[in-house]
Amino acid sequence: MEFVTQHAVLVVSLVKIAVLLFVVMTALAYLTWFERKVVARIQSRWGPYYVGAHGLLQPLADGLKFLFKEDVTPPAADKLLYVMAPFLALALALTALALIPFGPPSVQVLGQSVFIVANSNIGLLFLFAITSIGVYGVALAGWSSNSKYPLLGGLRSSAQMISYEVSLTLSVVGVLLLAGSFSFNGIIASQAGYYHHANFIPRWYVIPQIVGFLCYITAAIAETNRIPFDLPEAETELVAGFHTEYSSFKFAMFFMAEYANMITVSCLATILFFGGWLSPFPDTWTWQLYLPGALLILTGIYCGYDTVREMRGIAQLQFAVVTLLALGIGVICLIPAVMPVIQGLFWFVAKVVCFLFFYVWIRGTLPRFRYDQLMSFGWKLLLPVSLANLVATAFVLAVRHG
Amino acid sequence: MSLPLIVFFICALIAVVGAILLIVSREPIHSALSLILVMMALAVLYLLLGAEFIAAVQIIVYAGAIMVLFVFVIMVLNAGEEERTNWSRIAKFAGLPLGFFLLMWMAHWMADAAIGRTVANSGGGTTVAFSTVELSKLLFTKYLFPFEATSILILIAILGALVLAKREN
Repeated sequence: MEFVTQHAVLVVSLVKIAVLLFVVMTALAYLTWFERKVVARIQSRWGPYYVGAHGLLQPLADGLKFLFKEDVTPPAADKLLYVMAPFLALALALTALALIPFGPPSVQVLGQSVFIVANSNIGLLFLFAITSIGVYGVALAGWSSNSKYPLLGGLRSSAQMISYEVSLTLSVVGVLLLAGSFSFNGIIASQAGYYHHANFIPRWYVIPQIVGFLCYITAAIAETNRIPFDLPEAETELVAGFHTEYSSFKFAMFFMAEYANMITVSCLATILFFGGWLSPFPDTWTWQLYLPGALLILTGIYCGYDTVREMRGIAQLQFAVVTLLALGIGVICLIPAVMPVIQGLFWFVAKVVCFLFFYVWIRGTLPRFRYDQLMSFGWKLLLPVSLANLVATAFVLAVRHG
Repeated sequence: MSLPLIVFFICALIAVVGAILLIVSREPIHSALSLILVMMALAVLYLLLGAEFIAAVQIIVYAGAIMVLFVFVIMVLNAGEEERTNWSRIAKFAGLPLGFFLLMWMAHWMADAAIGRTVANSGGGTTVAFSTVELSKLLFTKYLFPFEATSILILIAILGALVLAKREN
């Protein structure tokens, strides 16, 4: 016990990292399920259905499949870099999540804030630093495979990420000017409150920075190599792009890195433009405290209904488990001591899930860009617009503050 | 030994090993990656000095932008292993003593400066604040002219590169 109190920072940090890693890994797995289900619905299909109830065990089956597949290394590959690239991609993608505050800093254990692993004064800059070197995972994978399609994919990704990173960074500077802080907690805290004349509209930066937000969300999709900007892995042109030669778990690592990046980018959009863990409703609306618990219990009741309706025995069992989990966590969320603590987390996760849905929605809707369209869009439209937004914001601020 | 000191020695070692690998490795892409390693280690050293902003910018600008371009060019050219010529052997013989001399000279110069600084600090000198706000204030007041001059210099360099690239076409 003495050790724990002496090294509170170390112990609490390690516990937080372990919990975050577990939650994120599970979230990544179920994000693939979510994406397949949503895209299937958009395309009028069922999506994964047979492995578990509503395909809920599909991510587990996929993970096992990846583990047991043969791990092939091309003989002409640069061995060291070939092995390093997927590790680099995944490690950097996960590191970025350490900087994200998932809830208010006021919730503390042993004097440590619970919902953030690394609370930095310049969190935003560090996040950009980590994402800016994330390109090496993709570029090196393409180069080290020593094969023509991966090389083309790697080239495309480095050119694309360099181009869109400029717009990504510039689109965020407007928010920085308004908030006057690089720290995520500072940026979120400065979005608290409501507009004077309409005291139900929260002072989120998405309203004054709508142009910046649109630029950010576009550049963010490009940064994470997602459709319609997934040219590095365009399967109709490049087989599978930069990870053509990768198999087994190394391929899975690229896959996980992509989804982790998606989560990071969604978290960042939530923090910068949608008030992070702040509730959209005024504090006086006290019924909102019951919202997380009530939603979970409703989910539980719905799953309970499915349990009764389900015909397959094994699926029925899984539905029963999900029902009990949802009801149990829902009841815990309604305990008066727990209720205020999870509010921030609930709103943060809710907003991030909305963004993830948006991502999947885009994927199900838009076709891929052509390469020259991608470049001219990035440099000739996105960059000038985000620059103009920055100049306009600076001008308005300068006028307002004299 | 305190934790910052341990981190310092680890990062210093990484930086030195990276720098040696940069020169020794014959594949251009390995050299480029070693250079990135050096930059990352340097960024950690800046962090240890309390210069958070410089550390982040070091990674964003050098490791995240400039070196990506280096790697990009190496990949486009598909550059193979370096060749050793007679000149490169001469460079090795002349370069080693010269490099050693430069290192000694720098060490001597820095040791002098360090002694000077400790003397100034013991005399009640003010400590330098490294916060981003302080940095930007200095940058836009005291160092405004060098700052703007640098930006114009970079602009001219970009234009020059464009002109050169156009002419070859």
